[in-house]
Amino acid sequence: MAQRPESRATQYWKRNLALMLRLLLIWFVVSFGCGILLFDFLNQFRIGGYKLGFWFAQQGSIYVFVLLIFYYARKMAALDAEFHVDDD
Amino acid sequence: MDLQLLTYIVVGLTFALYIGIAIWARAGTTSEFYVAGGGIGPVQNGMATAADWMSAASFISMAGMIAFMGYGGSVFLMGWTGGYVILAMLLAPYLRKYGKFTVPEFIGDRYYSRTARAVAVFCLIVCSLTYVIGQMKGVGVAFSRFLEVDYATGLYVGMLIVFFYAVVGGMKGITYTQIAQYCVLITAYTIPAIFISLQLTGNPVPQLGLGSTLSGSDTYLLDKLDQIVTDLGFREYTTDVRLSGLNMFAFTLSLMIGTAGLPHVIIRFFTVRRVRDARISAGWALLFIAILYTTAPAVAGMARLNFMQTLAPAAGEPLAIDERPQWFRNWEKTGLLAFEDKNADGRIQYSADESVNEMTRVDQDIMVLANPEIAQLPNWVIALVAAGGLAAALSTAAGLLLAIASAISHDLLKGIFMPRITERQELLASRVAMALAIVGAGYLGLNPPGFAAGTVALAFGLAASSLFPALMMGIFSFRVNREGAIAGMLCGIGATLFYVFQHKGFMFIPGTAFLGDLPPNWFLGIEPNAFGAVGAVLNFCVAFTVSRLTAVPPIAVRELVERIRLPDHAPAAHDLELVIHDEPTGR
Repeated sequence: MAQRPESRATQYWKRNLALMLRLLLIWFVVSFGCGILLFDFLNQFRIGGYKLGFWFAQQGSIYVFVLLIFYYARKMAALDAEFHVDDD
Repeated sequence: MDLQLLTYIVVGLTFALYIGIAIWARAGTTSEFYVAGGGIGPVQNGMATAADWMSAASFISMAGMIAFMGYGGSVFLMGWTGGYVILAMLLAPYLRKYGKFTVPEFIGDRYYSRTARAVAVFCLIVCSLTYVIGQMKGVGVAFSRFLEVDYATGLYVGMLIVFFYAVVGGMKGITYTQIAQYCVLITAYTIPAIFISLQLTGNPVPQLGLGSTLSGSDTYLLDKLDQIVTDLGFREYTTDVRLSGLNMFAFTLSLMIGTAGLPHVIIRFFTVRRVRDARISAGWALLFIAILYTTAPAVAGMARLNFMQTLAPAAGEPLAIDERPQWFRNWEKTGLLAFEDKNADGRIQYSADESVNEMTRVDQDIMVLANPEIAQLPNWVIALVAAGGLAAALSTAAGLLLAIASAISHDLLKGIFMPRITERQELLASRVAMALAIVGAGYLGLNPPGFAAGTVALAFGLAASSLFPALMMGIFSFRVNREGAIAGMLCGIGATLFYVFQHKGFMFIPGTAFLGDLPPNWFLGIEPNAFGAVGAVLNFCVAFTVSRLTAVPPIAVRELVERIRLPDHAPAAHDLELVIHDEPTGR
């Protein structure tokens, strides 16, 4: 900690926060947005037998959640390496 | 082979496996007991987390609830998966970096206060104990149906088995047992779903089957379901909003932040080697969970359809009592399914209209358990479902009991009251604490406050309103201090408990609810189970306000927060121990 300039740690944290906010926006949109708030609107569209709003609420949001975490983990591993804070 | 015998064999084999693993991987040190020595791989931990977290509620109750709630049941699907996104980004990596044994320990250090730690222990015990009740009920239901013993006896057998392997194994034994339990439960869940999907739609993938047309017709399964339930006066399956959009929003949010704040889930991420492993491990956990969670809505829709078609074989022609199928008779014996021929016409009228409805009891929990019988699947599938339900309940119960026991022995005894006890004494204390927790949970399991997932949903509300905000502010804010965190946690959990008790009865004792469980009395129309989100907002607000009005935290706390934000040099759990031990078995 002591030998690392303070600004590097702050930069790392800001990059982390920016990535996090972007992904949490998607997280919010697919679940609370498509699954609840836009439910009635989306139900006029269909995927096979699924009404679209219903599909997001019971299937689609979950698939997106999984992708979000793996994407975050990969991006953060790259960020750790860039800032030489990876723990190896 | 006789179903009864087959079930005994399958369940017996899985129990033997769990106990074998627990003995093989028993814990010899506190590090092994609390965090499995800190050397679990991310994929293994993901699998163990999936089992730890998918409980009797997920396995037995959830599809049943969705079956009868339709779209409204989506709150459980989104809430119990979306929480992992928050956990992976906002909590798990930093708490792993901090690198100690328990959640209250972090709160105690970050808020430089034993009081904060004690409050965190209180919150942890309240939500974990509430949660464990649901598991106990699940064990009782599974035993009573499949092994034909009564509910109470089933509960005692379950308590005994949990007692045995949670006490011997500690986190290390529990981790490897949970991996085995995940395999059992996911097999048991997906096999019947695949068969049923094939029967109804010809598509072997349940997730696709639910959106397909019924075999031999052009009608979509969901459209048929919507039509058949509305014919009997029930609300349309795919658009049945649970109370209101706002209530669904609050409920989903409660479950999400509750998932992220549940101590028994968080401590699973203390068992991996590096911070990076904690992030990716959350991804694996959610992937393993998603396999069940995307299958569940298919099971729900298909089970509801089968159930409705049994009771109303043709339009306007209810099921004749003499013609009711064998599974129907089997479940009557458990009391979970009951009818009364009110108009004495020899037929069972099933309707949303209470005055003509003759199905006096349809327990939602039976939908998953009876599913293979309803679909006339072979006996070994039914036996497997019994084993799967028990695996789900036992794995979660063990994880919860560990969280409770470690909070009592590590945080209360070692951390606050008796800092001088030796490691051996601490290990003994945690085992005693576990035994007490099992007895308490068993008592509440015999007097259950509502159906299994209802209780579990409440535990999420409590975790959401107390622990999650304290943990998140501890990482993301330098400014929130001791006074703020303590006031926030107490207000959050206090408001949530008060809201639940005033509607559901003090400690769920019937008759002590002073406002009655009536929707008109609900705040903004939000049901008690969904109130955790409101409690969490209150927690955040109180904590920020009180912190503003009181002293800035000491400089050492600022350094602690700066340190946990960076992933390098994470302490390994076994480095924290001064105890020297041989290479543990089971690695």
